[in-house]
Amino acid sequence: MMPANQAVVLQETPSSYAHAVEPAARGSASPAVILAGLHKSFGAQKVLDGIDLMVGSGKTLTVLGRSGTGKSVLLKLIIGLQTPDSGSIRVHEQEITSAGTEAVNEIRKTMGFLFQHAALYDSLTVEENVAFPLRRHTKMTTAERGDRIKELLAGVGMERELKKMPSDLSGGMQKRVGLARALALEPGILLLDEPTAGLDPITSREIDELILKLQEERDVASIVVTHDLHSAKIIADRIVLLHQGKVVIEGTFEELEKSDDEFVAEFFKRDS
Amino acid sequence: MNDNSPVPGWIRPDAPQAASLTRSTFTSLWRPFNGFLEWFGELGIFVWQVIRAAVRRPFEGRELIRQLDEVGSKSLPLVALAGSAIGAVLALESRHSLIQFGAKSMLPAAIVFSIIHETGPVVTGLVISGRVGAGIGAELGSMKVTEQIDAIEASGVNPYKLLAFTRILACILMLPLLTLAADFCGVVVGWIADTIAEPVSFHKFIQAGFAGTSFNDFLAPTFRTAVFGLIIGTIASFQGMRSQGGTEGVGRSATSSVVLSSLFVILADVILVKLILVFFP
Repeated sequence: MMPANQAVVLQETPSSYAHAVEPAARGSASPAVILAGLHKSFGAQKVLDGIDLMVGSGKTLTVLGRSGTGKSVLLKLIIGLQTPDSGSIRVHEQEITSAGTEAVNEIRKTMGFLFQHAALYDSLTVEENVAFPLRRHTKMTTAERGDRIKELLAGVGMERELKKMPSDLSGGMQKRVGLARALALEPGILLLDEPTAGLDPITSREIDELILKLQEERDVASIVVTHDLHSAKIIADRIVLLHQGKVVIEGTFEELEKSDDEFVAEFFKRDS
Repeated sequence: MNDNSPVPGWIRPDAPQAASLTRSTFTSLWRPFNGFLEWFGELGIFVWQVIRAAVRRPFEGRELIRQLDEVGSKSLPLVALAGSAIGAVLALESRHSLIQFGAKSMLPAAIVFSIIHETGPVVTGLVISGRVGAGIGAELGSMKVTEQIDAIEASGVNPYKLLAFTRILACILMLPLLTLAADFCGVVVGWIADTIAEPVSFHKFIQAGFAGTSFNDFLAPTFRTAVFGLIIGTIASFQGMRSQGGTEGVGRSATSSVVLSSLFVILADVILVKLILVFFP
């Protein structure tokens, strides 16, 4: 079994990793997401080449890597927006690669997804954007829904922008509304694609604190794709570094920082 | 010169060069054909996804009403204007020709028959494929490239139902109604144009216009536009939802939605006219 307190450079034996890692190695939390032997190519371009990962409930996994290494693709595979060429994706013990559309939609309701550019519905106001999943998947009354929307938007500091259209908001504000929308159904799993990119340091810190709060209070499992090493240091229980479609290394921030691996060292050195 | 040449001055072509030329000719012919087949294949899959989504709950009534308004009420002024223009042109053009043949009394019938049978439905179809087709193609294309369609899917909502089915159904339901509006405006403006040249009461004009017209003459061509609506809604939604490549891709989706839906409306018109003549002789 892999020691939990040690960063592991995985270049040599990536495919054996999934079998080697057991839940006990990451604490007692049950796994919310398990990826095993995940491969994805676009034409001749191999984007993911045998990814094995696991995230327990109440844990935050941060995915780092250079641009174009398939980090966003990884999130889209987990929520079923793209299908892998091969491999297994288990969300709350359910295999989604072989599940039907209705089953996948049910699983999606347990996940919140923040897109890289927020992807707010531009024909709807901020309020309607956050209301979208609530309208569809809950039986809340109008008053209850209104209270919930205000609560969600207050959580990201956007409670005064209810009636604004997405086009009237800055990129950072859009991202905060996107996060509120992702949290609307109180998901057990959060998939965040660069949540702090384009945000000022204060808002970035607020978003980081919000992720930590969700982790502590609601046992939310988060997979966060980011380039922000400072944010990764604050929020991540574990960090994985992707390179050329493979997980190069996994460990805590401190473990990765001390790694002797040339690519890992270069990655951390350049950012610092 | 080659000694084995069949005719004097004949130069034997370089074999590899000839093979390469054949290959490139074949490729340049095959590629568009292959693209055409691929497009139809993807359209078939899209239609299947929409049909599968359409029969499952919830039925997206709120979005359907929004689309009925978008396709119907907002297109009404344009369709009415197009119908009016057709009526005026038909009255002015036909009058001159019919006078030459001594059949001036046939003018109301010529206007009514022409508008109800052909010009009303086709002009409505083409106007809607321009306004609504471009709108749907651009809107869905923009949603696609900004990941809004992915966001809908990620929140456990079927975008084929929410976005495509509602738009297709709105087009199917609204086209016959808009055609009625175009027909009405065409006939009324036809009468106005006629009465300016030579005063005739509206009652007499209508009586003469509909004298030899049966209910089938009116019903089949009007409901033919429901098929036009199906074509416009399907092609525009399909082109929008497969949009790629940023704002340029959105522009391409909007243009191709209009071009393809107009083309298929005209093709469908030819086929449907033949079918109507067979079933409603």
